[in-house]
Amino acid sequence: MAERKKVGITGYGAYVPQHRIRVEEIARVWGTDAESYKKGLGLREKSVPAPDEDTITMSVEAARYALMRCSVDPRLIGAVYVGSESHPYAVKPTGTTLAEAIGATPDIHCADFEFACKAGSEAMFVALSVVRAGEMEYALAVGADTSQGAPGDALEYSAAAGAAAFIMGGEDLLAVCEATYSFMTDTPDFWRREYQFYPSHAGRFTGEPAYFKHILGAAEGILKKTGMKPTDFAWAVFHQPNGKFPQKVGKMLGFTQEQIEPGWLSPTLGNTYSGSSPMGLSATLDVAKPGDRILMISYGSGAGSDSFVWTVTDRIDEVRNAAPATRAMLEDHPRYVDYGTYAKFRGKIKKAE
Amino acid sequence: MIAPRIRRGMPQRYRYEAGKCKKCGKVFFPPRLICSACQSREFETIRLNRLGKVLTYTIIRVPPSQFKDEAPYAMGVVELEGGGRITAQIVDCDFDDVNIGMPVKIEFRRIQAEGESGVIGYGYKCVPA
Repeated sequence: MAERKKVGITGYGAYVPQHRIRVEEIARVWGTDAESYKKGLGLREKSVPAPDEDTITMSVEAARYALMRCSVDPRLIGAVYVGSESHPYAVKPTGTTLAEAIGATPDIHCADFEFACKAGSEAMFVALSVVRAGEMEYALAVGADTSQGAPGDALEYSAAAGAAAFIMGGEDLLAVCEATYSFMTDTPDFWRREYQFYPSHAGRFTGEPAYFKHILGAAEGILKKTGMKPTDFAWAVFHQPNGKFPQKVGKMLGFTQEQIEPGWLSPTLGNTYSGSSPMGLSATLDVAKPGDRILMISYGSGAGSDSFVWTVTDRIDEVRNAAPATRAMLEDHPRYVDYGTYAKFRGKIKKAE
Repeated sequence: MIAPRIRRGMPQRYRYEAGKCKKCGKVFFPPRLICSACQSREFETIRLNRLGKVLTYTIIRVPPSQFKDEAPYAMGVVELEGGGRITAQIVDCDFDDVNIGMPVKIEFRRIQAEGESGVIGYGYKCVPA
């Protein structure tokens, strides 16, 4: 077999909305016990998109930060792939607006991806592949979501908003993609039918046979494929539907809390769906040192996981401060809203026509 | 029908493309045909810097109908680094925090939509830098 072309990340960026709502505030309205949600789900608060923020606006901001971390001329970007389950339009691509905003049109291939929480890593996988195939010099991949949980449902405590963008290339890499491996089955754990506003889920079935089975399957697959073990990695990032699951799956695989810590954003960010593990990766790149190896595994209901092994290069030290750090966006100047404001922001209030 | 108007405005609303007079260097946003300072007709297209300072502002309490859910909100004139001025909403902060000289940056935001089924218009707003 011919030697595979070296590809990886040339620029990265994330975006976190400013508004937050605390678990206590949601629990107050629905008469539930905040402490049990905080302990049971490992969540304290979550990000809330303002009415003027959506998957398109967050993707644009994350992509602009990714461009600030590299010297790539946007016109050399040959593809824009956006993964989300909350594309603002049912019919009309997110990618064309993003490409237009960064000045990458019209010499470009755009596609929107959808696969519950896995759409972002899917976009990353395809972007890496088209660059590796030599179809183009650079491809932009984004994972972004403004997810909705039904009022009063357990999902409402976690469904959050955020985005991460990665410019994939073959040169000036800040992280090399060493390997990928994907693991999928037909598992109906979470879904949303056409014309439904809120998603449905299968309760506890979303855990063991869904999240854990697929992340463990992807992890075992990529470790076998590369001959690596948990101690070969400086950091690990797992999909974060809540605070607890990524901690638990990391422990099951033999990773320490220190290894998952930098990318473990969910306790104060919530679940950003397609943005979740991509944002965990961007937060990890913010602190990674040259030579560090990072394992990243996404999870999307329905169900499947994409796994990636990244090796950070010397270039990380030159570019990491060229745009805001993910954790700084999460922690600096949060604006807390009450449930009424949150309900208005998220379109949960039925108004007269 | 705002779709054609949205499409026409994209160079300015999405990418902040301005005209810079090739003769005297004055920056116009949106671009214009003749320089008001030196009457030259030759311009180069530049992109405005996303960082700037509030030159002046007001609070809108009785907005146009499509912005009624957002009222009250702050509107400001922002002087951008390297030249050019924009008029934009200043969001993600309390009115008490908005003041003349405040550093802000441009972000890409949803501006308006034609009801529940119409086209969505995107553009620029300013947030504290």
